[in-house]
Amino acid sequence: MPDPAPKTQDDVRQIDSRTFVIDQEDIDTDQIIPARFLTTTTRDGLGRLAFHDWRYDGDGRPLDAVSLNSLDTAACRVLVAGRNFGCGSSREHAPWALHDFGFRAVISSEFADIFRSNSARNGLLPIVAPEAAHHWLLANPGISIRIDLASQHVDLGNGPSFDFEIEPFAKHCLMEGTDPLGFLMSHADAIDAYEADIA
Amino acid sequence: MSPETERTGEAPRSLFDKVWEAHQVRDETVETPGLLYIDLHLVHEVTSPQAFSVLDERGLGVRRPDRTLATIDHATPTLDFAPGETPPYATKAAQSQVERLQDNAKKHGITLHGWGSGHRGVVHVIGPELGATQPGMTIVCGDSHTATHGAFGGLAFGIGTTEVGHVLASQCLLQRKPKSMRVTVDGEIATGISAKDIILAIIAELGVDGGTGCVIEYAGSAIEALDMEGRMTVCNMSIEAGARAGMIAPDETTFDWLKGREHCPQGAEWDAAVAHWATLRSDPGARFDQEVMIDAASIRPMVTWGTAPDTGIAVNTPIPTPRTASQKKALAYMGLEAGKPVAGARVDQVFIGSCTNSRITDLREAAAIMSGRRVADGIRALIVPGSVAVRAQAEAEGLDRIFIEAGAEWRQPGCSMCIAMNGDRGEPGQLVVSTSNRNFEGRQGPGVRTILASPATTAAAAIAGHVIEPAELMEPAHA
Repeated sequence: MPDPAPKTQDDVRQIDSRTFVIDQEDIDTDQIIPARFLTTTTRDGLGRLAFHDWRYDGDGRPLDAVSLNSLDTAACRVLVAGRNFGCGSSREHAPWALHDFGFRAVISSEFADIFRSNSARNGLLPIVAPEAAHHWLLANPGISIRIDLASQHVDLGNGPSFDFEIEPFAKHCLMEGTDPLGFLMSHADAIDAYEADIA
Repeated sequence: MSPETERTGEAPRSLFDKVWEAHQVRDETVETPGLLYIDLHLVHEVTSPQAFSVLDERGLGVRRPDRTLATIDHATPTLDFAPGETPPYATKAAQSQVERLQDNAKKHGITLHGWGSGHRGVVHVIGPELGATQPGMTIVCGDSHTATHGAFGGLAFGIGTTEVGHVLASQCLLQRKPKSMRVTVDGEIATGISAKDIILAIIAELGVDGGTGCVIEYAGSAIEALDMEGRMTVCNMSIEAGARAGMIAPDETTFDWLKGREHCPQGAEWDAAVAHWATLRSDPGARFDQEVMIDAASIRPMVTWGTAPDTGIAVNTPIPTPRTASQKKALAYMGLEAGKPVAGARVDQVFIGSCTNSRITDLREAAAIMSGRRVADGIRALIVPGSVAVRAQAEAEGLDRIFIEAGAEWRQPGCSMCIAMNGDRGEPGQLVVSTSNRNFEGRQGPGVRTILASPATTAAAAIAGHVIEPAELMEPAHA
């Protein structure tokens, strides 16, 4: 059966990339992808809508002054943003849009809960940096970094490199291409037993 | 009945602990999350199509269509249309999204409260209204305001679309136990202060990320004094403080509200259910990772001045001097001035509706202000009931006539201008006072500025044409 995970897992086991910095706190999912675009019935092609209302004018023309519009997304796959990234709605369209735009990791000092779990399921690493490293990353936009998932380490070169936490099962899924739905379905007997118990 | 009532002689447990433990199909380990059983899965058109597609790709069915309940609310128009006509959707995409849910519901045997149902409406309004939402349940939905249902003493939270697929296929979620917080609001609420003012005050205290990683239990005399609609308003906005879930221990108010509703048990089964539900409260000495106390008596009518929901202040209190770049940016976006109160800000539109404030008590609160008065010149007032049933109830009470005679628009139910994806929205630069839950930049349309407030404060803004304390209009217009 086709599995959405394998096509992206290689991308995130080790990421060598420049960073793109948005030094703003509390970036909500309405900024990441405005609600009026949520009438889609697929998860594809949402990258053009990422940060849409920051990138386009009222007539839909790209704003030249916005650096997201001229970003080399092949070389720049790590987004660094202010505290509490991804707050607001549960829309998984937010990580879909960021991933399709080209990002494979977001580094912040804190993530909203639902965004964090949605991201890890979609090949977008949500990495919580310690305060000092986070400040350094915000102050040094465009630097080259290496993210290594196996060792849970971010190498900042001359900067304050750091280790990060990731939920062990999310890491396992990203490393091995394991599918959480398959894992859930493998517990059908336990679910049957629970349902028999509460019936 | 669940096993949690049997246990004795163990450490005191919180309401959250009790509900959580009763739903563990498999405990979490260091390597893997646990399996949490879901009693009720609410589904709407926006966050479900990709989940059903995954089921199709893998040849999986819906495990428990009887525990799945669907409606259409986010992308649906609120304009009238004649029976037999195609609803006046804002876009073709909106129409095809609704049709996709209709197809998926039919294919999988899921009850859909769609066009023509007497219980169509905002998903977090109809669940309780049908009595599908009950104490002690685990309830999820692909919507961050699912916490609303925690008002009945269940654990209810929003999930992403991948997880919607997981629940459809397995009726379970992979979860690790979140942390816990108790917010105690003690004291007497002043006259004219509503649940919306309480939750805006709580969020202002906690901050937009104060509840991140937590399930909040709301407790205290001011919470216990709220009716069920007010408790739903409080739990609804838990996510605006970063908490995925908010819950309130069920009591007589809860049981009275639920009794006789369509999905609730009856007769001896009802009595047994109530006996169990009455055990669902935090034991004395239950531990919480964090405790926050709020003085109810200090809460005034609240409005937000910024572009995050934790910027609530009393209507007549001066806006604080911005401390961070984000706050400066927010104040500039809102066109408001530090050192001056929000009171007096000129308003272009008001919106009364959303899963936060579209229930019958909310409409009564707004109607009490608007009765016998006129919406100020040049202001558009949109009033959108939460469900077909709420709309019918309001019409039976004559509230629709009050709104229409005041010059407001009385619409069909839906999410409408809260999320502004159905065509209902503000124009760039407009200032909207709204009973909804989010004041993010562009939330109600590109460039639109949003002030969050209670139904009374929102209705008062419509009449005055600017933000004022609703108390100034609380005397009847023609006594």
